[in-house]
Amino acid sequence: MTQTGYAPDVRTRLDEDAAQIVARYPQARSALLPLLHLVQSQDGYVSRNGIEFCAETLGLTTASVSAVATFYTQYKRRPNGEYTVGVCTNTLCAIMGGDEIFERLSERLGVGHDETTTDGKITLERVECNAACDYAPVMMINWEFFDNQTPESAAAVVDAILAGEDVRPSRGPDVVQPFKDVSRTLAGFLDEHADEGPAAGPASLAGLEVAREQGWSAPSFDAAERAAAEDETTPDAAPAQSAPQTGGEQSSAERKPTTDGDVTPGGPESEPEEKR
Amino acid sequence: MTTLTPVLTATWGDDKPWQIDSYTRSGGYEALRKALKTDPAELVQLVKDSGLRGRGGAGFPTGMKWGFLPAPDGGPRYLVVNADESEPGTCKDIPLMLANPHVLVEGVAITSFAIGCHHAFIYVRGEVVHVYRRLLKAVADAYAAGHLGKNIHGSGYDLDVTVHAGAGAYICGEETALLDSLEGRRGQPRLKPPFPAVAGLYARPTVVNNVESVASVPAIVQGGSDWFRAMGTERSTGHGIFSLSGHVERPGQYEAPLGITLRELLEMAGGVRKGHELKFWTPGGSSTPIFTAEHLDVPLDYESVGAAGSMLGTRALQIFDETTSVVRAVSRWTDFYAHESCGKCTPCREGTYWLKQILQRLVDGKGQQGDIETLLDLCDNILGRAFCALGDGATSCVTSAIQYFREEFEAGMTSPASELFPPQRSALFDYTPRRSGAAAGAVHA
Repeated sequence: MTQTGYAPDVRTRLDEDAAQIVARYPQARSALLPLLHLVQSQDGYVSRNGIEFCAETLGLTTASVSAVATFYTQYKRRPNGEYTVGVCTNTLCAIMGGDEIFERLSERLGVGHDETTTDGKITLERVECNAACDYAPVMMINWEFFDNQTPESAAAVVDAILAGEDVRPSRGPDVVQPFKDVSRTLAGFLDEHADEGPAAGPASLAGLEVAREQGWSAPSFDAAERAAAEDETTPDAAPAQSAPQTGGEQSSAERKPTTDGDVTPGGPESEPEEKR
Repeated sequence: MTTLTPVLTATWGDDKPWQIDSYTRSGGYEALRKALKTDPAELVQLVKDSGLRGRGGAGFPTGMKWGFLPAPDGGPRYLVVNADESEPGTCKDIPLMLANPHVLVEGVAITSFAIGCHHAFIYVRGEVVHVYRRLLKAVADAYAAGHLGKNIHGSGYDLDVTVHAGAGAYICGEETALLDSLEGRRGQPRLKPPFPAVAGLYARPTVVNNVESVASVPAIVQGGSDWFRAMGTERSTGHGIFSLSGHVERPGQYEAPLGITLRELLEMAGGVRKGHELKFWTPGGSSTPIFTAEHLDVPLDYESVGAAGSMLGTRALQIFDETTSVVRAVSRWTDFYAHESCGKCTPCREGTYWLKQILQRLVDGKGQQGDIETLLDLCDNILGRAFCALGDGATSCVTSAIQYFREEFEAGMTSPASELFPPQRSALFDYTPRRSGAAAGAVHA
């Protein structure tokens, strides 16, 4: 077996971590994505050493590992900055002001999309929808949420990073962790920051507040039980009647069934009673 | 008048609701104890009776999906939770897992027990580190409390749960691409059949369910199917999280019975941005055909939205007012689909590439005669011919926007979108636009 270019102590540590990762899965290859995050926690990107390490660990070719690594945008092919500053420029955030925020940061930092400042501090990115649309425009720093940004607020955060100061996300840990640390978390190693930060931002609670103001709530479990007890003869409505058929409109397949197994997976009539 | 029904969101305002003590104090894990004393087949029937339909967009009945698993053959069967929330506009699962990860973990345990699974996976997108932390912590704490692991609460039932982080790929929200990704491969969709129920993870019987679907299970176990059916419509039962974003006074998460209307939701959310009016909106993310003000009273349930020409999808209600260029919006969504197309099939890979080129020149005011027809022709060649739903979804905004706003696309042959709809008027903050069109031009340079 060839050896990667890692120093022996580094390699030993990576091997120990890798063993823990592989143990989480029934089949070793499932460990590849977390292993690539692990490599980034060591090198700050998916290095040649890292690809060889993954390949050796999982018994794959380096070509197979590279093919996977290049598919996913979070795996970096060049050394990443200590902080990835991502501005959402998908439609909603872009229109709410994300395009302007990106342009201002780009001017401020002197780099474009997927480029890193010369001091290695910041990699600037346009990011796709990050599931925080109710906080648009959104900026992500090392994949922590900075909600409701303006060009000025975003520039202030970036300036703080350039000045070597800690920055605090809207919904996240007390301090944004460096890229390599975050990569280690993403490899599945829990850090000590889970209990920091809020449960929810204001937008997450918007509906709950309206419900409280209006005195609205979901039906109580007790009320449902009483109703059921009082009216035991009510036949269950038949959801099956209205349910989409396999391969039909709104089914998870949406294509014409072509085999028997398509229509009745597992053969004809796999009744629940047969389970166990 | 429809009223809000907080179930999944009910505890989000509590003190540290993500912690196991807080969750347990509010009745958490009681449903699991109850479920473990129930025949698994009864649990499957309960969820079938509830009418719960997949909350990830497709709306397939959850209990039926569970029931599709073949009879046990002694080998493993898996539950995989799709927590790869990435559909533009969709932002419900991420706050759910941030504020209340234990309701998902409890749902995973009950679902796994019901389908006879002993190793479940939660595949969460990699771009939400704090959510991943909270999930890892919740699972670790659930093990320590005996809700996961060996012989759970003395039932003899064993379950392991692995929380897996993705690495940035929208396509991994497609269930078979997600499975390939979880197997350590490029996230490309598989040919169906076989469906995951027959040959899913590691070619074993697998249920893939959305976060909100699985998180809805504990309350159904506690309250019963009639409780769940007391909310929603006959065929679209229960509660669902509606996510309002964009040009609305109070954007956010509103948990309501299915069948509520946008008019009702907007009223609760303080209306469209002050001084402006609704122009267009998506009922369920960018892959669902857009609606306009004429659809304000469409009940937001699977059937009604479908009948009105769109899809309920993920209930991601992105609101755009009259300052917004629909051509710019569609062009940017198309950039997204072109970027996220996995490249496996030609109609999607090449089609989104060409859509993107044409839309960009319309944004720039440099459209050519016949561009609209070419766009529609391209969409016609993608829709129904792509390998998975990504390609179909990419055409939705294009064809629906041309249907409702054709004149704006025609205007794109002579005038840039930035002149017709100055971007600073749409932004949520004030700024003075710079002179050149450099900002707009940079995207397609």
